[in-house]
Amino acid sequence: MEHKQSPLGYISFSVFAWIVGLLIFFPIFWMVLTSFKSELEAVSIPPSFISFDWTLENYAEVQERSNYFKFALNSIILSVGSTLVGLVFAVTCAWAMAFNPTKRTKDALLWMLSTKMMPPVGVLVPIYLVFRDWGLLDTRFGLIMVLFLINLPIMVWMLYTYFKEIPTDILEAARMDGATLPKEIIFVLLPMAVPGIASTMLLNIILAWNEAFWTLNLTTSDAAPLTAFIASYSSPEGLFWAKLSAASTLAVAPILVIGWFSQKQLVRGLTFGAVK
Amino acid sequence: MGAIRLEKVKKSFGTLDVIPGVDLDINDGEFVVFVGPSGCGKSTLLRLIAGLEDVTDGKILIDGTDVANEAPAKRGLSMVFQSYALYPHMTVYNNIAFGLKMAGESKDVIDQKVQSAAKILNLTDYLERRPGALSGGQRQRVAIGRAIVRNPAAFLFDEPLSNLDAALRVNMRLEITGLHQELKTTMIYVTHDQVEAMTMADKIVVLQAGRVEQVGKPMELYNNPANKFVAGFIGSPKMNFLGGELAAKHNCHEIGIRPEHLAVSTESGVIAATVKIAEHLGAETYLHVEADGLGPMTVRATGEMPLGEHDKIFLTPEQDRIHRFDAHGLALGAS
Ligand SMILES: Nc1ncnc2c1ncn2[C@@H]1O[C@H](COP(=O)(O)OP(=O)(O)O)[C@@H](O)[C@H]1O
Ligand SMILES: [Mg+2]
Repeated sequence: MEHKQSPLGYISFSVFAWIVGLLIFFPIFWMVLTSFKSELEAVSIPPSFISFDWTLENYAEVQERSNYFKFALNSIILSVGSTLVGLVFAVTCAWAMAFNPTKRTKDALLWMLSTKMMPPVGVLVPIYLVFRDWGLLDTRFGLIMVLFLINLPIMVWMLYTYFKEIPTDILEAARMDGATLPKEIIFVLLPMAVPGIASTMLLNIILAWNEAFWTLNLTTSDAAPLTAFIASYSSPEGLFWAKLSAASTLAVAPILVIGWFSQKQLVRGLTFGAVK
Repeated sequence: MGAIRLEKVKKSFGTLDVIPGVDLDINDGEFVVFVGPSGCGKSTLLRLIAGLEDVTDGKILIDGTDVANEAPAKRGLSMVFQSYALYPHMTVYNNIAFGLKMAGESKDVIDQKVQSAAKILNLTDYLERRPGALSGGQRQRVAIGRAIVRNPAAFLFDEPLSNLDAALRVNMRLEITGLHQELKTTMIYVTHDQVEAMTMADKIVVLQAGRVEQVGKPMELYNNPANKFVAGFIGSPKMNFLGGELAAKHNCHEIGIRPEHLAVSTESGVIAATVKIAEHLGAETYLHVEADGLGPMTVRATGEMPLGEHDKIFLTPEQDRIHRFDAHGLALGAS
């Protein structure tokens, strides 16, 4: 069905969309801009837009003071690592829920998701103590476990909606063809779910990359990712806006690039099942 | 070998008894059709035999061995699904080869078997295509190819033709029958279409609400239906059921007479009727009539039947073609 729209409605929707888009984009734009200013210009009022002395000084200083690449490497290891571990559990879990549902499957899914509604700080102390006693503080392994667990509900949920769209017949055909359960999942289910798995992985990497609560509380230096790198620039001696901006820009740049190139996948992943 | 025997097979989904208890014998090499209205449990019964559902109770014997608790693959059966259920991400070649790969066959053996199946099914030119690039009929052939290469003890078909258009359906029907004649392997074929059942089966199993109503050769069911349900289900157009005086005259609760066993006359006969609708199919004419005091009836007459709405006619049943039923719908012997 074609949806008829008046030109006026079309224009007002466009204007509204642009305003929302700019509002969301502006802080990022401002951050990038500030990262090229000197500390003085960064706090000057009124703020200058283009007409300031563009400088790369902040970036140089940031890299000199704290090793960006060490933090970036940790970010990569934590986000990719937690995603891969999560995938193993989420695929099997979503398989069971999508293809062998029981009366309680929907409840279980909702319950899993509801754990995401609890404020993380509520379990900070117990988890901190566990980490301390098991010697997991400031280890990549410990953080991968935490990140994978907090994002698992979302991974299961996304994969579940994807798997629901795959006809059970095809898996049954594989069973008739003599495929064992692991082979059925690896050779038949996963290849058919590639788009879903890709967008689940992407989203999870982004979530893990941006996760700041646990990464800040459970690391000091060895396992510290880019979130800790940024935080180290909001020091008690006063804020260094320009350097903070440079650090933030460096931290979000990789994920921004990935996000840009995979936006189609992401949108499809997030709206799958809702929009057809 | 592929003799299959069901002993007191039961299936419940929760509190719903879909199959209350079925006993059935299928001989090696037989073409058996399960037929019945939608929702009567045909697919469930087939899936129990395949092993895709677990039996609630009972035994499933394949060549004498109880396989009721075996995995599907261990039973040595192949299945063709209504939706074809091809692997969309694999080429036709790999679709057909998948089962052989899972069985750990060597590359040479796989290639030789896939090529020969493709030849039988006219798929040789399409082996490198994905299922998405095939027509419905071709997809159906791939699904059959996938089933044949495994050299199964029996083939299971679940309404394989219902997604095809009418012309293709007739073609594929003949192809499957031809395949059976060539392979001589046991086939169990599920359909709700009694025409498919009549034309393809060596043995028809009529199901209703999970119960076997009658088992027999197509013409046995046609000529000697065990009850009203089978009588009404087999044959098209449907058998006419008449009660009242006419039934009393035959010493029963109800009589059944097939539309093709009524002689039409414009002058005299046993039943007076008025034509409501005349469907001229060319080779034959279906007259939908209102019989005086008996209600609507259907008559199958010759092609050149110059009758139309409101015409008064007389119908005479062929005496030895009258079926008699008691108050429970069970067939009584000849009067
Ligand atoms: N997995 C299931 N859970 C609950 N009920 C089912 C399930 N599968 C089938 N049924 C029920 O069993 C009955 C028979 O279904 P089915 O065997 O598919 O019928 P048919 O193939 O003859 O149309 C139907 O009433 C259906 O609703
Ligand atoms: Mg069915």
